[in-house]
Amino acid sequence: MTVKHHLTDELLMAYSAGDLPEAVNLIVATHISLCDECRAALGSYDAVGGAVLDTCDTVEMSKNSLNSVLDMIHAQDSQVQDKPVSTTVQDDVLPAPLIDYIGGGLDSVRWRSAGMGVKQAILPTSKDATARLLYIPAGTAIPDHGHHGLELTLVLKGAFQDEGGYFGRGDIEVASEDLNHTPVADISEDCICLAVTDAPLKFKGLVPRIAQPFLGI
Amino acid sequence: MFTTNVLSSVCPASPVANGVKMRDSCKEHANGTKTLTEGLRNTVVPWVDDLIAVRDDRDETAFIRVFGHFGPRVKAFLMRTGMDAALAEECAQEVLVTVWNKAHLYDASRASPSTWIFTIARNKKIDVLRKQRRPEPEDLPWGPEAEPDQAEVLGLQQESEQLGRALRDLPEKQRELIEKAYFGDLSHSEIADQTGLPLGTIKSRIRLALERLRHSMK
Ligand SMILES: [Zn+2]
Repeated sequence: MTVKHHLTDELLMAYSAGDLPEAVNLIVATHISLCDECRAALGSYDAVGGAVLDTCDTVEMSKNSLNSVLDMIHAQDSQVQDKPVSTTVQDDVLPAPLIDYIGGGLDSVRWRSAGMGVKQAILPTSKDATARLLYIPAGTAIPDHGHHGLELTLVLKGAFQDEGGYFGRGDIEVASEDLNHTPVADISEDCICLAVTDAPLKFKGLVPRIAQPFLGI
Repeated sequence: MFTTNVLSSVCPASPVANGVKMRDSCKEHANGTKTLTEGLRNTVVPWVDDLIAVRDDRDETAFIRVFGHFGPRVKAFLMRTGMDAALAEECAQEVLVTVWNKAHLYDASRASPSTWIFTIARNKKIDVLRKQRRPEPEDLPWGPEAEPDQAEVLGLQQESEQLGRALRDLPEKQRELIEKAYFGDLSHSEIADQTGLPLGTIKSRIRLALERLRHSMK
């Protein structure tokens, strides 16, 4: 694996602490599925969480607590052990977290045209941020879209290039408000990305959003 | 209130002499710390062997010790994230049930018991308070040679201990900032880059464990 563009410490820590919107969690989990560097970094932030748990106060459990827990365990163990949810679908392009949200592999994605050969599919997450799969034909440029707030773009197939560099499979671009970028899909192959943006609601009325008609937000 | 320093005390006497497993002989020990007789000989790594006994032997006695130690901590943690006592009690019970059910996923070369149980408590928090699923990274399945060697496990566990000490030794303000971030009432922007904690070593160790896993999966 040759991932070159990684998650920020801020995102890793917030993912570890569990403070991110669902759509952002999804793109973080998807990148980590493709990147051991960030998986290890996440492990270190989880270890901070473990240390916090260790230094936490203690609050006594209620009297019957242990018995209830043992009852729950016994009740389960007497049932047929159902195996942990295993993703039976395998997909060369989509890591497990995305298969989970799409309900299948790439051929299960319900694409909708977004113009100029670009297609998109919005994934079902909570409304505080939006996750969408983008299909960009080789060589196509996404028009300049000043976005407001966070925009994360993770390449799943193909590659794109913009002011921030060259992004191939597994690479994630973390673009903040001030980056005006014009991603262009690599000429050699169609590009599939997962893109996550803060909910438009949050920034409504601030600036006209030229990206909205294009992306169909 | 802080927990006693887990490293400062070890199981007294030498119960091995009379043929009793140390793990069992230590179960009454106040803070649950014990010397390992299996796996990590002559080392002090709290709770790892109990969790492994739950994982490999479905050892209920070991589980009860894990419950006794972590239950009250998980409950306190959940209350700090905004749950009332009744809800935190209910959720803490479910977290411990999950510890039992998912023990097969515990990898001692990648997480200390506290770290692993923290991740379960955190997911419970997201599930209950935010009514959201939490997308998790793709699992790394255990390969045939994936069982970590003891030095690897020991190193990770010791660094987790060091991290815990480093957290306790931070200036009050900074420590509170980090705790708040993990309880969920603070933005992370100011602190992620400068936690003041030695995360580099623990990260490279986990990185090595992942390489071993990847290698064994080929
Ligand atoms: Zn990465």
